[in-house]
Amino acid sequence: MIGQSPLRTFIAHAVLILGILIVAFPIYYTFVASTHTLQTILRPPLPLLPGDQLWNNYSEALFGGIGRIGGVSVGRLLLNTTIMALGVAVGKIFISILSAYAIVFFRFPLRMTFFWLIFITLMLPVEVRILPTYKVMVDLGMIDTYAGLIVPLIASATATLLFRQFFMTIPGELVEAARVDGAGPWRFFFDILVPLSRTNIAALFVILFIYGWTQYLWPLLVTNSNDMNTIVIALRKMVSFADADTQWHLVMVTAMLAIVPPILVVVLMQRWFVRGLVESEK
Amino acid sequence: MGDTWIAREISLSPRVVFPNKILPYLLVAPQLAITLVFFYWPAGQALYQSMLRQDPFGLKSRFVWFANFRKVLADPAYLNSIKVTVVFSLATAIVAMVVALLLAVMAEKAVRGKGLYRTLLIWPYAVAPAIAGMLWLFLFNPSIGSLAYLLRSLGIVWDPLLNGTHAMILLVSAAAWKQISYNFLFFVAGLQAVPKTLIEAAAMDGAGETKRFWTIVFPLLAPTTFFLLVVNTVYALFDTFGIVHAVTGGGPGKTTETLVYKVYNDGFVNLILGDSAAQSVILMAIVIALTAIQFRYVERKVHYG
Repeated sequence: MIGQSPLRTFIAHAVLILGILIVAFPIYYTFVASTHTLQTILRPPLPLLPGDQLWNNYSEALFGGIGRIGGVSVGRLLLNTTIMALGVAVGKIFISILSAYAIVFFRFPLRMTFFWLIFITLMLPVEVRILPTYKVMVDLGMIDTYAGLIVPLIASATATLLFRQFFMTIPGELVEAARVDGAGPWRFFFDILVPLSRTNIAALFVILFIYGWTQYLWPLLVTNSNDMNTIVIALRKMVSFADADTQWHLVMVTAMLAIVPPILVVVLMQRWFVRGLVESEK
Repeated sequence: MGDTWIAREISLSPRVVFPNKILPYLLVAPQLAITLVFFYWPAGQALYQSMLRQDPFGLKSRFVWFANFRKVLADPAYLNSIKVTVVFSLATAIVAMVVALLLAVMAEKAVRGKGLYRTLLIWPYAVAPAIAGMLWLFLFNPSIGSLAYLLRSLGIVWDPLLNGTHAMILLVSAAAWKQISYNFLFFVAGLQAVPKTLIEAAAMDGAGETKRFWTIVFPLLAPTTFFLLVVNTVYALFDTFGIVHAVTGGGPGKTTETLVYKVYNDGFVNLILGDSAAQSVILMAIVIALTAIQFRYVERKVHYG
């Protein structure tokens, strides 16, 4: 280890603390704003410390309806967003682990064709096929449904590639041993493969949960009615910088409720998240 | 991709497999079905529509080959949108990467508290881009923004709702802020992979800290930096749709209308189908190019360790 002057260590800490202030300030200030009255927010500058309206604002947003978004409560929005995020995460893991299993542990005609078909979807994000995808949703009657929010997002190449990569490191002897012991493909899948993939599944879950929670373009397209909106879309509808009747205190509460659940998931599952992120992208 | 990739595929696949004939098809069926219905069919439609032109009432359409592409590429509004996108993407990628690299280097030096710093720096990853944009606009909008108030009291003229340059600065700040965590984690991982013996040897030869960084550490980080450049560009191109939609709506006066926002606006709001489809196809080509670059990088990394 190279010795380091105390001054340099001090500078390092100072820069990091400054960085954290920049990173955390917008979130902290949102929290502060969510605890003040509308009148206080409308007269800048806003105090740097929380006010006394925490309970009032949060209960009004959670249990009362919010006028601008058709009287839907934030509770309902949180439910929609949770269903979507969980659905996307679980669905994506489920269908990718199955297809990766087929591609790595079986030999069948068209195997590589299927692999390439899945792989190429990397190059077709929603943004490049907005209108035709919307039309498919209309034709299938999937507008304003949970299935419409979830199903089209669960097919993507990344999770399949990750599982495939991991499965290929599993020694053939393990498969052989399982077969000698008379274990069929399902037995092998549930008793050996799934337990071995636990860390990968946990890491993917965190990343995909965040992915599902923070979606914007897709829920914007497939939801029309206010009570099917996700919290991010509803928040956009609640804000208007042009006119004066934006209920800023409720907007700030909604913003807090929209960012705290995914932040908790990331911070609490940090170990898997960091591993999954850095490894799956490489 | 190419030959080496296929060779690796063959050598790494376990030769022991299950003999079932039907089961594998059932296993890939769910993913394949969703992929065909929601990816290939719409993408094919986009390709087809990009060569159609509809009359204003949407009653008839005729096949016009590449006329839509010629029209789009000659349209000053589209060329403006390309310029906006390039400025926005490069600025976002550079700001997010420079800040993240600085913080990662500092975190390597700060022996104590490393874990705590990391925890406090990864929050924004979990914030939806659109919300990041709205929070920044809340702080910086001229009527009720506290930081806008601060700027005003310092005598700085600031109005992102009317001034295009200010709007762009606000978008870049929000988009880069959100991406710092991601880049930070990758730079930390990259820094940890730099062999300590190499740095110690250089220190013994009398190279100062700054020199050690630029001659040893930074070149060894090149693969990470390049990878992040591609990922950040893709992020700035596509994932920031929410920021633009929620914060500026492309305005003021199209100064922040990025390519993805324009596809959405022309197709979904203004209903100019042929143009929008042609724009989609151009975007598709950009994604394919970026993905190819990304995978070439992966390939190189495999060869040279």
